Amino acid sequence: MKLPIFLDNHSTNPMDPRVLETMLPYFVEKFGNAASRNHAFGWAAEEAVENARKQIAKLIKADPKEIVFTSGGTESDNLAIKGVLEMYGEKGTHIITSSTEHRAVLDTVKALEGKGKATVTYLPVDKFGMVNPEDVRNAITEKTILISVMLANNEIGTINPVKEIGKIAKEKGVLFHCDATQAVGKIPVDVQEMGIDLMAFTAHKLYGPKGIGALYVRKKNPRVRIIAQMDGGGHERGMRSGTLPVPLIVGFGKACELCEQEMVQETARLIAMRDRLEASIMKALEETYLNGHPTSRLPGNLNISFAYVEGESLLMGMKDIALSSGSACTSATLEPSYVLRALGVGTELAHSSIRFGLGRFNTDDEIDYTIKKVIEIVTKLREMSPLYEMAKEGVDLKSVQWAAH
Amino acid sequence: MAYSEKVVDHFNNPRNMGSFKKDEEGIGTGMVGAPECGDVMKLQIKVQNDMIVDAKFKTFGCGSAIASSSLATEWLKGKTIQEAQKIKNTDIVQELNLPPVKIHCSVLAEDAIKAALADYQKKADGPATDAK
Repeated sequence: MKLPIFLDNHSTNPMDPRVLETMLPYFVEKFGNAASRNHAFGWAAEEAVENARKQIAKLIKADPKEIVFTSGGTESDNLAIKGVLEMYGEKGTHIITSSTEHRAVLDTVKALEGKGKATVTYLPVDKFGMVNPEDVRNAITEKTILISVMLANNEIGTINPVKEIGKIAKEKGVLFHCDATQAVGKIPVDVQEMGIDLMAFTAHKLYGPKGIGALYVRKKNPRVRIIAQMDGGGHERGMRSGTLPVPLIVGFGKACELCEQEMVQETARLIAMRDRLEASIMKALEETYLNGHPTSRLPGNLNISFAYVEGESLLMGMKDIALSSGSACTSATLEPSYVLRALGVGTELAHSSIRFGLGRFNTDDEIDYTIKKVIEIVTKLREMSPLYEMAKEGVDLKSVQWAAH
Repeated sequence: MAYSEKVVDHFNNPRNMGSFKKDEEGIGTGMVGAPECGDVMKLQIKVQNDMIVDAKFKTFGCGSAIASSSLATEWLKGKTIQEAQKIKNTDIVQELNLPPVKIHCSVLAEDAIKAALADYQKKADGPATDAK
């Protein structure tokens, strides 16, 4: 086993070596511009791009013509939301989204709201982080042009009832955009069955390269149109100009193909490891709380709050394991995780949360090591915690008058 | 974020971690911060003849908060009450090489020192008043 261990697979995934191998010829030998229609270099590049487009479309049950290449999830979310608003703005400017979306969606709609270009409804989530489809239905007005709800959450892994939301969107004739960045390649995604009209996803969260993503844009029932946010050569059927990064696209395609082929076995393996990690930690340590949904959750996700200890100090005590925390001390804003807050998790428990993200290359040995380390450091830091000491003495921490600072 | 060597050292080998009984003679206890803010420090001093002979801490907070309070106990030991009053948060920032986002940890440590000293004074003055 090699240290440090990477258990932060929601932030990114290591690239699969098989993906790299597929990409290599497209840097030096097959370097052509896929838009060059008049020579062999261009044809080779175009063929490679179209092959990748098929591999990607197959993974999400779409038509290859419905895949628009972008630089990643953030750009896809921006293109979907701004592109729809500009295209259908005459019909209305109301957008419905949820309070636990990724910042790529939240900050985009907030920016539009700030400029007076859109009105936005932020739906609450239940204690597991799930959006209630009926809330979506009730929020729809005559002016609603877009629903944007994520498939799986990046912090707590909760999988939303997207199929039900898609059905309501269709019934009401409202477009449905889904940020599926954490989900594609990890769980089965079917844009037909889920009733999704636009969907953002990215290669580096499915063991592909960074810098390439896609926006799925439905072509039939209904045909969705968006206004491009990048002017130029009219690539990607006019929706996203810019020379296609052929090696990255080839890698994206291969990564999708591997995910499709290996998803069943990989999911079973990840769930077994994740459940063992969860059970071992929670059995050994009192007052640990699972954040997110107990079952409707990404296979590699585990988010736990450890009462009486602060998240950043936990990470510091496990510096040979790459993890993430909802603690304010690990964020630039000095506010604890807004996702956990939206679930109704108390601020003090949000500060105490750790996100474990398991992926394709994690091993049982690494999980054993992590279990041991977590138990060790939580025990040590609780010994050091005045809150733990008070709780043990029977003091109700909620009754204490704290001097907030 | 990279931590300074001194912060890592205090975090891995905290000095004087623990508690005194609050009602013991000569003990001053300062508790500052709030769980919602992500840090709570408890700092205790043991005073004999105006001299701080021992100090202990317990901290809920990030590595820099733990290091700041650990360092504070080291500095308090062997100082008189008057000398202890002079410890400034900027001294802690300098010693631990804290980055700007962690300055509040040092402020909290200074507050904890002040609170422990005040608690000791209050207890020391208390019986004297009663004796009148």
